Amino acid sequence: MPELSINPGVEIRNAQLELHHFRVRLAVAFVLVLAMFAVLAVRFFYLQVVRHGELHTLAEANRISIVPVVPNRGIIVDRNGTVLAHNYSAYTLEIQPGKVADLERTIDELAGVVEIGARDRRRFKRLMEESKGIGSLPIRTRLSDEEIARFAANRYRFPGVEINARLFRQYPQGELFSHVVGHIGRINQKELDQLEAEDRVANYRGTDYIGKTGLEQSYELALHGTTGVEEVEVDSGGRAVRTLSRTPPVSGNNLVLKLDARLQEIAYNAFGKYRGALVAIEPATGGVLAFVSKPGFDPNLFVDGIDPTNWSELNNSPDRPMVNRALAGTYPPGSTFKPFMALAALTAGKRTPQQTISDPGFFNFGGHVFRDDKVGGHGVVDMYRSIVVSCDTYYYVLANDLGIDGISRFMGLLGLGSVTGLDVKGEAAGVLPSQAWKRQRFKRPEQQKWYAGETISIGIGQGYNSYTPVQLAAAIATIANDGVMFRPHIVNYVEDIRTRERSPVEPNPLRTLPTKPEHIAVIKQALIGVNKEGTGARAFAGAGYVSAGKTGTAQVVALKAGEKYVESRVQERHRDHALFIAYAPADAPKIALAVIVENSGFGARYAAPIARAVLDYYLLGKVPAPPKPEKEEADDLRD
Amino acid sequence: MNPAIRRLGGHLTQHVDGMLLGAVLALMAVGITVLFSASNASVARVSTQLMNILIALATMWVFANIPPQHLRRLALPLYILGVLLLVGVALFGEIANGARRWLHVGITRIQPSELMKIAVPLAMAWYFDRYEATLRLGNYFVAAMMLLIPVGLIVRQPDLGTSLLISASGFFVLFLAGLSWRIIGGLALAGIASLPLAWSLLHDYQRRRLLTLLDPSQDPLGAGYHTIQSTIAVGSGGVLGKGWLNGTQTHLDFIPERTTDFIFAVYSEEFGLFGNVVLLLLFLLVIARGMVITANAPTLFARLLAGAITLTFFTYAFVNMGMVSGILPVVGVPLPLISYGGTSLVSICLGMGILMGIATHKKLVQT
Repeated sequence: MPELSINPGVEIRNAQLELHHFRVRLAVAFVLVLAMFAVLAVRFFYLQVVRHGELHTLAEANRISIVPVVPNRGIIVDRNGTVLAHNYSAYTLEIQPGKVADLERTIDELAGVVEIGARDRRRFKRLMEESKGIGSLPIRTRLSDEEIARFAANRYRFPGVEINARLFRQYPQGELFSHVVGHIGRINQKELDQLEAEDRVANYRGTDYIGKTGLEQSYELALHGTTGVEEVEVDSGGRAVRTLSRTPPVSGNNLVLKLDARLQEIAYNAFGKYRGALVAIEPATGGVLAFVSKPGFDPNLFVDGIDPTNWSELNNSPDRPMVNRALAGTYPPGSTFKPFMALAALTAGKRTPQQTISDPGFFNFGGHVFRDDKVGGHGVVDMYRSIVVSCDTYYYVLANDLGIDGISRFMGLLGLGSVTGLDVKGEAAGVLPSQAWKRQRFKRPEQQKWYAGETISIGIGQGYNSYTPVQLAAAIATIANDGVMFRPHIVNYVEDIRTRERSPVEPNPLRTLPTKPEHIAVIKQALIGVNKEGTGARAFAGAGYVSAGKTGTAQVVALKAGEKYVESRVQERHRDHALFIAYAPADAPKIALAVIVENSGFGARYAAPIARAVLDYYLLGKVPAPPKPEKEEADDLRD
Repeated sequence: MNPAIRRLGGHLTQHVDGMLLGAVLALMAVGITVLFSASNASVARVSTQLMNILIALATMWVFANIPPQHLRRLALPLYILGVLLLVGVALFGEIANGARRWLHVGITRIQPSELMKIAVPLAMAWYFDRYEATLRLGNYFVAAMMLLIPVGLIVRQPDLGTSLLISASGFFVLFLAGLSWRIIGGLALAGIASLPLAWSLLHDYQRRRLLTLLDPSQDPLGAGYHTIQSTIAVGSGGVLGKGWLNGTQTHLDFIPERTTDFIFAVYSEEFGLFGNVVLLLLFLLVIARGMVITANAPTLFARLLAGAITLTFFTYAFVNMGMVSGILPVVGVPLPLISYGGTSLVSICLGMGILMGIATHKKLVQT
């Protein structure tokens, strides 16, 4: 069996060969292992040495988040420290739409944890549309402690949903100051663009709100404060773990107003069921003591974003509560225009106080008859009497003598027909008619021409005349202040909350009327006469101080020739507006005011008592008794 | 010392390979240290892992004491059982996380693909050993089929990571058994050529993982998030690391699965390049010792098995660190001996035990 002896030898040789082959392969494998580990080592070197700086920065950026710290908005108080706007802290449940995949489902699930009403959903939808889903949007505000605890226990289920402590604005006086203090609201795109243009965006990081109307808007710069910065360490869920450094925010400054909250309330309530406006000014400074536009609205509705139902209710109300009547409502001044006309005549030398006319009860101008309110006329009338009894014929004639441009030049000096520069935005200019105004206002040449007949009714405050209550108040305050006109302003001073440093809004004399003191004295005497023996006498009977005033009635709908105005026959919305301008005490005026009561009727009956209530409180501290039902008055009260 | 006790000690340790045990224990110590940090100092996690380590060491000791020829007898039955279980999974398996990987067996549920990680190289080594004298091309083909049947079943589950790792261990057996270089080259070319086909067979999430590897920033909050964050963690560690317990990426929760598959990111962030090199050397020590044992193994079966175990160990380590450092796609492979989890630890130590058994029983045969 030779094979037997050969085979083992072959097998051994083969086995050794196989083992050799195997060991070669193993060596190859080991080299490959070393090569692969070298690749890893190179990769580690690349990441940990070459790219270390960059990746270290990324890790830090991961870790550190710069969080703005929103400053407290300054508060707003009246002259006596009554709070008109302040902040309170509350917890809100907020969603970052960018971090939530299915918004509807998340909100549905959240509703199982905290109460989320239909109103909250509507408001959230509106916020989503306004913000285009950027930032953190509140789905619920003012969470209760129990709701906070319930959400905290379920927080892991809701990535992108957080509870935040936020400061909320509150207006404790509600609708009383809605048109003066205004309100804040969420920053919209237009405001954001504006902030960007003014390079103020950085200071609004983290801030969702900005002043929208009233003082909140015009004093935004002072109220907002300076945003602080906090460096916090966050985890991968974006939740703050600890604070690394902090630059505290600087609170906004407080506003202290000239307004008297109690006076404002008395004035507001004095309107009773009527709509209207009242502006009261301190003649010596231009400080605004009361600023009423009725009806108002609850500004608190706007703070966390108004829901669509409330919004359309406010917007569609026939009473138009959103209109700031004192600032942007323009009305014909009616007979309150007459003392200004008289002063214009004296200043221009067109009349002396003693000059009289004989009033037959009408004025015939080129075949057109302008009626006096009193049938048969007032008889012999001088300037004093023309104001006291409110004689129309006297002013028809005077208007014709002064001419439209003579009238408009003087009224312009009184501030009528142009913005007064009040420290609240949105002022309307009104219309001070003149030839130039008409040329600009109309397109067709026959409309652009001023007809002399149009001047006649201008003389009694009708026609194109249209002024805001602020303008009328500023004008009567100017008379009260012997012709020196101050810019009306609502804020007394801005107070730095830390240093207590006060920056007053300085009284700013705009101009002095180019008229002699004795001329103004004549007008003042006549205005005192109105409240003593004229159209205002009934309203001011037994006042306990001497006051000056002038009634006015502004037509809403022109009467047809020969038609007599009978209040009860005219539809409510077409009834006349009642006006009254006044100041007191007559010898050293502390307060001047203008009142307009929309669609009520005669100024003497409806507007003068409101003025009386305001003056009574301001001068005597008298709080009015609850209103009594009114009875029909005699014709002699008409102006 | 009492000679009886000494003799007992000698009996207990006679099949333990000192160098391998030293390297394994060192890696386990590193693992426990990192786990303490990665779990935010969770005593519960660490104690569980210490229990796992004890079980794994016991398993290692048991397998070290099994002579390789006993394993050889177990190889085929284990393999057949494994394939049957995989078929069972395909038919009655339980779906979890979109994959059918688990099978209910009485009181517990098992993942048969785990078993195949050792059963496949074992069976292939047995097969080559059985036909050692008459090896022809056809044998390689049969061996390849032994590999492809379970891999095909696992791919279908789908579990790409496990099937690739089993393929690798099977390939190591084929390679060490002397598969011709020409065929290896041909397979490589065929593999490259069939890439488009393979691509079309992949699931969407698998494709996304591969694409993400090429450019993680494509999907920073989705599939790329793991890679971006772990790369940042590794890189921000620098040369010396941020120090134990000081990794911000880790402790602020930016690293996902930071106690298991991504534990290397934690280690790397806290111990830096220096720590990484130490770790690579420890792994290399295990691999080198495994290679020496392989080279000196007495039979073809022992050689192929030892080689496959060693190279598979390397593959685990390489794939995991490559994945964490962003050069390999994210596949669910734990870092051997470091990652938290009993299954991986026990199966690795089982392999280490087999290596020790191969190393020590040879000596006994010789003496």
